[in-house]
Amino acid sequence: MASLIVAESAIFTIFVVAYIFYIGKSLSGPTPAVLTVPIFATICLLSSSVTMHLAVRALRNAKVGSFGFWWFLTLSLGAIFLIATGLEWHKLVFHDGLTISTNLFGTTYYSLVGLHAFHVTVGLIGLVIVMAFTLLGKMTSKYTERVDVFSLYWHFVDAVWVVVFTVVYVIGR
Amino acid sequence: MKCSEQTRNRFTNVAGVAVLLAGFLFAARLSFGARDPSQIPNIFRPDSTPADSIFNLSMLVLSVTGAIFLVVFGLIVYAVLKYGKRAGDDRREPPQVYGSNQIELAWTVIPVLIVLVLFLATARVILSVQDAPKPPGSIEVTAIGHQFWWEFRYPKLGIVTANEVHVPVSDRSHPTPTFLTLLSADTDHSFWVPRLAGKTDLIPNHPNSMWIDPHETGLFLGQCAQYCGVEHALMLLRVYVDSPEQFAEWVQTQKMAAANDNSVEQGRRVFESTGCIDCHAVKGTVANGHFGPDLTHLMSRDTIAAGAAPNTLQNLRNWIQDPDSIKPRSLMPAMKLNDHDLDALVAYLGTLR
Amino acid sequence: MASDSIAITPVAVGARSIGEKIHDWIVTVDHKKLGIMYIVYALIFLVIGGIEATVMRIQLMVPNNHFVSPEVFNQLFTMHGTTMIFFVAMPILFGFANYLVPLMIGARDMAFPRLNAFSFWLTAFGGLLLYFSVFGGNGLYGAGTAPDVGWWAYAPLTAKAFSPGHSSDYWTLSLLVSGFGSIGTGINLIATILCMRCPGMTLGRMPLLAWLNLVMSGMVLITLTPLSAAQIMLLIDRYLGGHFFDTQAGGSAAIWMHFFWIFGHPEVYILIIPCFAFMSEIVPVFSRKPIFGYPVMVGATVCIGFISMSVWAHHMFTIGMSSYANSFFAITSMIVGVPTGIKIFNWIGTMWGGKIQFKTPMLFCIGFLFQFLIAGLTGIMLASAPFDWQLSLSYFVVAHFHYVIVGGILFAIFGAFYYWYPKITGRMLSETLGKMHFWLFLIGFHLTFDFMHIPGLLGMPRRIYTYEAGRGWEAWNMIVTIGVFFQIAAVLVFVWDLVWSFYQGEVAGNDPWDAWTLEWSTASPPPEYNFARIPVVKSRRPLWDAKHPEDPDWKYE
Repeated sequence: MASLIVAESAIFTIFVVAYIFYIGKSLSGPTPAVLTVPIFATICLLSSSVTMHLAVRALRNAKVGSFGFWWFLTLSLGAIFLIATGLEWHKLVFHDGLTISTNLFGTTYYSLVGLHAFHVTVGLIGLVIVMAFTLLGKMTSKYTERVDVFSLYWHFVDAVWVVVFTVVYVIGR
Repeated sequence: MKCSEQTRNRFTNVAGVAVLLAGFLFAARLSFGARDPSQIPNIFRPDSTPADSIFNLSMLVLSVTGAIFLVVFGLIVYAVLKYGKRAGDDRREPPQVYGSNQIELAWTVIPVLIVLVLFLATARVILSVQDAPKPPGSIEVTAIGHQFWWEFRYPKLGIVTANEVHVPVSDRSHPTPTFLTLLSADTDHSFWVPRLAGKTDLIPNHPNSMWIDPHETGLFLGQCAQYCGVEHALMLLRVYVDSPEQFAEWVQTQKMAAANDNSVEQGRRVFESTGCIDCHAVKGTVANGHFGPDLTHLMSRDTIAAGAAPNTLQNLRNWIQDPDSIKPRSLMPAMKLNDHDLDALVAYLGTLR
Repeated sequence: MASDSIAITPVAVGARSIGEKIHDWIVTVDHKKLGIMYIVYALIFLVIGGIEATVMRIQLMVPNNHFVSPEVFNQLFTMHGTTMIFFVAMPILFGFANYLVPLMIGARDMAFPRLNAFSFWLTAFGGLLLYFSVFGGNGLYGAGTAPDVGWWAYAPLTAKAFSPGHSSDYWTLSLLVSGFGSIGTGINLIATILCMRCPGMTLGRMPLLAWLNLVMSGMVLITLTPLSAAQIMLLIDRYLGGHFFDTQAGGSAAIWMHFFWIFGHPEVYILIIPCFAFMSEIVPVFSRKPIFGYPVMVGATVCIGFISMSVWAHHMFTIGMSSYANSFFAITSMIVGVPTGIKIFNWIGTMWGGKIQFKTPMLFCIGFLFQFLIAGLTGIMLASAPFDWQLSLSYFVVAHFHYVIVGGILFAIFGAFYYWYPKITGRMLSETLGKMHFWLFLIGFHLTFDFMHIPGLLGMPRRIYTYEAGRGWEAWNMIVTIGVFFQIAAVLVFVWDLVWSFYQGEVAGNDPWDAWTLEWSTASPPPEYNFARIPVVKSRRPLWDAKHPEDPDWKYE
């Protein structure tokens, strides 16, 4: 998983570099001023790392019920993040007229945030599968290591969001 | 390996080298006998300061790398010859040596020093060529790369031409270099005339600049060096280095509007009514297209289609009627004129000196 | 110890049908079978890529030739480059790594066998997708089919405006798919090497092949991904109306070049480092001495891995970067030559004072040494930015990199074939045919690639389907083409030998070369479980210790 994270980091780095390179270079169209900082969504996503950590700890201590609770919370927080992203994009597309093909800002913004959202989605699918597995009563503490490895992926996705957030909503505006 | 096998191997080595040497000499005779050597775009026959600087640097680099080659090659040959297993060997393993700190240190430090020397020489030339100041007497040319031809504009002189660029010879005491601004209308191209300078790319949305100061008059050949599409191979360059008088005369002619010869009135009408003016410009007429080369002084050029064919009336005729026969997939459309119109048109173009 | 690892009880199995055998290969997760599949796959594409090269060389043999049309020629050089890098060199090196790494570290398989199989099939599918374009895509101006934008696919030539039709998409998608396969293998090799070494094998006692594949795999993770990212951006540009490389919208053509070469340059180090590994395993055995300076060889490789990440823009000296950028990349490109040169010295040091046996694997290694030296030196010439302003984009560069790839990488791969074929199949390749292969290929290689430097020096750019007479290029091009036929003859001899020796070759036994690493302690071919008992090692050359109990390595390390 560590190796996969290294490889994925390289992909994100290239998209971040492209984003930074093109800041301010759009010839026309909406600028980053139309962005609203997604504070709530960010808090949700970052908290989901905490809940994920608590879930794994519960499982390590064989508290499957507790695990299920924290895991469900993680899943929900992740889903809220995605919904919030969707709402933000809805506003940008229909209200501000910013799509991926509008200008350089649109292209780099949607690609970078979209790539991240894609990774969140994949993570969410994994979370749902594990949730289903748990609800069917099949989760035990012997799977702790596997869940721990998966949690690394989720923490990575959160860490990437910290970078993306900083680049897009702090530096880029 | 037995002695006879070793001898056989050595013989094959020598024979192989002899073959290569013979081939080399044969090719050299063939190649250099072919054409006036001054027109072979040989990077080792520079004729302009940037190319000179590069040549001098290349001699240093070649000497250093040549010396390294001789030393290391010598070591390899020595090792191979001296430490080969001999017949009558006692089948014992040789002394097992694992390394040597002193030797390894030496062959780390020495290359680092060599690199330092090469780098300093390199950096000096980079700065002298790239960051050279523009003296007041310079000629300014804007080169715009197209698929698959070159547009040349002389903004201060009001000249627009294509594919063949004229520059004045530059006297070392009173330099009159030519500074080129390189732009592109479509994909990436590269301006390479080896005897005059290293190449610089023409990249859309990324203006570049380069300069040349040819020391001798003459024709210098080059071509596009960055793959730009189907006919990249036939995007040739001709740089005519003129004496100051010749250059002034050329400028004078190029500045004038197109010749207005009444005897080719019919051809001019064909030109203006069959879509030629959508792409081509002829100064002083209604033709003001920018997609293709400016034709105001078409007949002052030696070649057409960016060097793909000599500029004769017959070739012009073929080019207009069936461009694919000269340069397949160039962006010139086949005009599909009837013979009568075509003759008139060619006659008209023939007057555009 | 040697006898411990041989299969103890061969189980008698009934003869299986051909269908069952094929099924076995398709569903296998055994690293040895996957390794063989990678290698065979790559050999097929080597022949295809070679045919593409031959056709190009015939077209360029004389000026103004009409052997193929410009469109076809442009497809040929694109496909030739893409095929050779992604579907010959990468798979063949991954194949050898797959086969050898677990055996050499005393493991039973790779860390993630199913990921291993998945990676292979991704790579295989990528190659098929690329060649499907010959039937399915539309090239520039709708004419032609396979990709024709060069293997670097520079923007904006790949934009929808200049490449309508799908040929560029086949290029993008096939590499995206096989790229993910490569990343999978990289992950697998790292996990295997770090976690599955046999007892006693510390990192400092690993065979150099394992070390170098570890470095290579780390590079794969952060090198292939920029290409994937750039390709995703290209797809967004072509299909979602994005503007990453759209110069009309303010986008940058240069940024594609940066992204591509951030992949492209380390990629060629990814290709050469496993070949350094082959050298480091073969040269000691045929010199009868341990590798000279093992710790420095490791250190130099790690340095090369890092430095190679900082040199990429030496492919872009002509695009008009600032003088400071050009100077930076010039010095890093020269510096990377230092650890590389050190390795050459270490191999010479290994041969020095030894008893060199001139068997076929060693002949190819000596060829590598000579040719890699020259290639490295022409590389130094190219690193000198102003000199590069003349040499770049010309046949000098083409000669340089073929010197590395054919004269270096392919020679090392041939050496590896002759060295490990006995282990993989249980039979020796013919020494006579091997030497014939070597000499024919050597002559052909030098005829072609030595003389190829000269047209470059005389101003011949690359990627041109023809040239006008009278520029002094004619005779050199003719000689270059003649060399191709010697190489074809050599490869035919080689392929014949591979097939013939499989059935008629001399039986090899466990250890035909009297070598020292763990793969030679098990049967040839190894049983599916590799070792009956996991070996325990005390030094870098466990079999040397076993064969020379009076003078074992661990006394000196």
